[in-house]
Amino acid sequence: MRLRVLLAAVAAVALSAAAADAQSSGPVKIGVLNDMSSLYADIGGKGSVIAAQMAADDAGKVLGQKVQVVSADHQNKPDVGSAIARKWYDEEGVDVITDVPTSSVALAVNEVAREKHKIALIVGAATSDLTGPKCSPYTAHWVYDTYALAHVTGSAVVKSGGKTWYFITADYAFGHALERDTAAVVEAAGGKVVGNVNVPLNTPDFSSYLLQAQASKANIIGLANAGGDTINSIKQGAEFGIVQGGQKFAALLVFISDVHSLGLKTAQGLQLASPFYWDLNDQTRAFSKRFAAKAGHPPTFDQAGVYSAVAHYLKAVKAIGTKDPDKVMAEMRKLPINDFMTKNGKLRADGRVIRPMYLFEVKKPSESKGPWDYYKLIETVPGDQAFRPIDKGGCPLVAKKG
Amino acid sequence: MLDWLPHIAIHIPPTQALFGQLLIGLINGAFYAMLSLGLAVIFGMLNIINFAHGAQYMMGAFCAWLALNYLGIGYWPALIVAPLVVAAVSVVLERLFLRHVYRLDHLYGLLLTFGLALIIEGVLRNYYGSSGMPYTIPDQLTGARNLGFMFLPNYRAWVIVASLAVCFGTWFLIERTRLGSYLRAATENPTLVQAFGINVPRMVMLTYAFGAALAALAGVMAAPIYQVSPLMGSDIIVVVFAVVVIGGMGSILGAIVSGFVLGVVEGLTKVFYPEASNTVIFVVMAIVLLVKPAGLFGRTA
Amino acid sequence: MTSAENAAPAALRAREAGLSARWRLALVAFFLVLAVAAPYVAYPVVVMQALCFALFACAFNLLVGYVGLLSFGHAAYFGSASYITAYALKAWGFEPVTAILAGTAVAALLGLVFGWLSIRRQGIYFAMVTLALAQMIFFVAEEARFTGGEDGIQGVPRGYLFGALDLSHSLLLYYFVLAVFLIGYAIIYRTIHSPFGQVLKAIRENEPRAISLGYKTERYKLLAFILSATLAGLAGSTKVLVFQLASLTDVTWQMSGDVVLMTLLGGLGTEFGPVVGAFILVTMENRLATYGSWVTVIEGAIFVFCVLVFRRGVVGEILALARRFAAPKRAPTPVPARPAPGP
Repeated sequence: MRLRVLLAAVAAVALSAAAADAQSSGPVKIGVLNDMSSLYADIGGKGSVIAAQMAADDAGKVLGQKVQVVSADHQNKPDVGSAIARKWYDEEGVDVITDVPTSSVALAVNEVAREKHKIALIVGAATSDLTGPKCSPYTAHWVYDTYALAHVTGSAVVKSGGKTWYFITADYAFGHALERDTAAVVEAAGGKVVGNVNVPLNTPDFSSYLLQAQASKANIIGLANAGGDTINSIKQGAEFGIVQGGQKFAALLVFISDVHSLGLKTAQGLQLASPFYWDLNDQTRAFSKRFAAKAGHPPTFDQAGVYSAVAHYLKAVKAIGTKDPDKVMAEMRKLPINDFMTKNGKLRADGRVIRPMYLFEVKKPSESKGPWDYYKLIETVPGDQAFRPIDKGGCPLVAKKG
Repeated sequence: MLDWLPHIAIHIPPTQALFGQLLIGLINGAFYAMLSLGLAVIFGMLNIINFAHGAQYMMGAFCAWLALNYLGIGYWPALIVAPLVVAAVSVVLERLFLRHVYRLDHLYGLLLTFGLALIIEGVLRNYYGSSGMPYTIPDQLTGARNLGFMFLPNYRAWVIVASLAVCFGTWFLIERTRLGSYLRAATENPTLVQAFGINVPRMVMLTYAFGAALAALAGVMAAPIYQVSPLMGSDIIVVVFAVVVIGGMGSILGAIVSGFVLGVVEGLTKVFYPEASNTVIFVVMAIVLLVKPAGLFGRTA
Repeated sequence: MTSAENAAPAALRAREAGLSARWRLALVAFFLVLAVAAPYVAYPVVVMQALCFALFACAFNLLVGYVGLLSFGHAAYFGSASYITAYALKAWGFEPVTAILAGTAVAALLGLVFGWLSIRRQGIYFAMVTLALAQMIFFVAEEARFTGGEDGIQGVPRGYLFGALDLSHSLLLYYFVLAVFLIGYAIIYRTIHSPFGQVLKAIRENEPRAISLGYKTERYKLLAFILSATLAGLAGSTKVLVFQLASLTDVTWQMSGDVVLMTLLGGLGTEFGPVVGAFILVTMENRLATYGSWVTVIEGAIFVFCVLVFRRGVVGEILALARRFAAPKRAPTPVPARPAPGP
């Protein structure tokens, strides 16, 4: 019994120690947490930090002080990511964590943010679970998700004649989610899924799987993977004459850095969905020029999205004059999102940001006028059609209303 | 309750498709064999477990890429230039670092080369990112041939031919020539061989350089197929280790045979149970080591 | 191995112990004070993470430093225990200590099976078999549904210790983790300084001689292996409470490599070395997270440095220095602690 009393006393001391909240008066601090050293370093990486810094500089003084930006590498590991998130929120006065590619890390950070009632603006990760079963009042999913990618690419490709599909799927949650969402869209649009193969992550050689895809005789080979896997699939597909054989690739998640890595000769004709392209209109061009001056290349949609998220957050803080997470989230939902890449975007109750999605096709080498001139616009899909309806996601925050 | 069981889905393809898969398996096997040669040579001769092998493979691919983009040197000359450059770098590494661990337990050699590999890859990753850079297939080898049951890209056919040639050449060099016999003697009994007037430290250095050159050659051959990326070495190093261990760590022939066999086994797994294709090599390794302690062709100490 | 070992038994024990009893007591007291005060000066989560890895490294060191068997697959026990504990806490609602015991039990079982398979081999082949077996655990962790694949098991509740104490308070959790670490460390300490431990050291130094003396070395090696795996599992299970998740990172071969690095850095075969190595590595990873891509380069440099210049590790070097100052008249050189040569 005495031990219990002692332990309870210790707990009481701990509680009082934790009660002191030292962060409420410091400057606004933005934490950019992403992969700086491996698979996704080119998609977000240092570029996202530059984008966040640009948003901070453009906002000027917020609550009377300059906005600070810190960054760290989560190495695509959920435990590293969650440890950094904890430390940032608890000890270093970080108010918002942003970017966070790699769905497993984003889910971990989402939990930490929920536990600590702090804001997380997820840009890089794709899992639609963030606005579904795992939704949180403190998390916003800013730019894209597996549902939108599946919907836009899937329905567009089926409409243009790709009726039968064979999937090469990266054997992990993201790949499976992407395949599942796209298969649903394909079948709803009147197409048919004739087969699939699950490929372990980080497989360098796809020849065996491409052979299986060829044997299936499907019109479309859907690539439910990302990063190096997508690049390798397409590159080796060119080697094995997939396109000459009459089949086409539908890459479900492609970044402009991937196309750059492949080269136009190999990537031409690829159709992909993206919420942003640097050369889309005057505003995107202006922003991209500024970004390129600092980063040396135009922004990927991940990097552009980080700017958009941070800018909107700072706008909300300025509008209500406080950093209090509940109030800021409410204000962020109230204000329409307007920046170079978003026109009247909306932050929904489940954390989903609604914005239009674009279907692009990779240009032929002859059509490209210079470096990074890679895409031509095929179709614009309005936000409410591209993203999952709010009641279909299984988000507990929404179900309460019904 | 049975949630922990992985869901196994086995699909049986038609026989014709199977031939294509077998051929792919053989091609990958040839590549594994060539890639693991360097490691087998260095361990067989020097008793060093060269974990930097993956980094040397990657450096070979990088040299080829740099040579093409900055010096205009194409694929064919790169097949000679890149191994030479990497061999030179490796000689420096051997002189500066490896020399000191020969007399120690060979697990220290492994840790040292592992550390060197981390440094090389980390530095290159900092400057070149991780997505990788494209390296195009040389014009003479583009296109594919219709074999009836599949389209075989000409480049892949070249890989299998070249690998066989390199494997045979290395085996011949080590096992059948005078130089090879000096090398083998120098590593079995350095003092005695030194007494005969042969410069043993130089033999050791040459052997290490040769092993590194083999890794780099594999890298150049891999560049057109996989992207040239700082991560390409670490992705493949564990597989190469498994190949060498299964074949028997001292044996050149063992590495070659097990490379081919594993390529085919992996290829078949990709057809029947693809989720396990990265793990099947370890299953084979565990089984082989438990049945034959020194690998298939290895000599037990 | 050398004539130095033929010195009087008391001298040998003293050299092995490294320091006199007085010094040891002082050091123990110092570290205990440090441990109790730590959460007030440093961020508790980092210290807890370091403690878990310290226990993991100590368990690993038992096998490599005292038996001479370098395992490349210790992540299998660390990771599988963490998955079991996470699942027990989240899906079955176990109480924390029960969940930890469940995870540790599974690790012990794995240690028994894998140990029995691997012990037949030595040196690099032993290492390779352990690696292969660990990769199979990785595969199961990747594919099985209950482990959550790439996402891992997330949002694991910390629960109520003994049903009464709320572990979501960082300070309380810290003292619990510290207690677990001390228990584990005490077990290792008692093992090393017992007749059983002496036999293990004999096996490391000269196994044929130990066999000729009548010891069933296979049995001793297997027992040591199981103990090492069990304590590694204990470390993994406790780590789940700290981070509230179990992920694939815990079963990768890179994690097995990390524990080798920690032990090497701290001092292979020393008692306290792995703890120091773990703390250094965890602190370094946390500090360097902001430098992103340079972390790997620095880790590589540490490996190189340790192997070439710093083979005895931090604690090993300190002990060597202490010995030099404590007994300057004595000629014999300290026996450097390193694994026995393989085949």
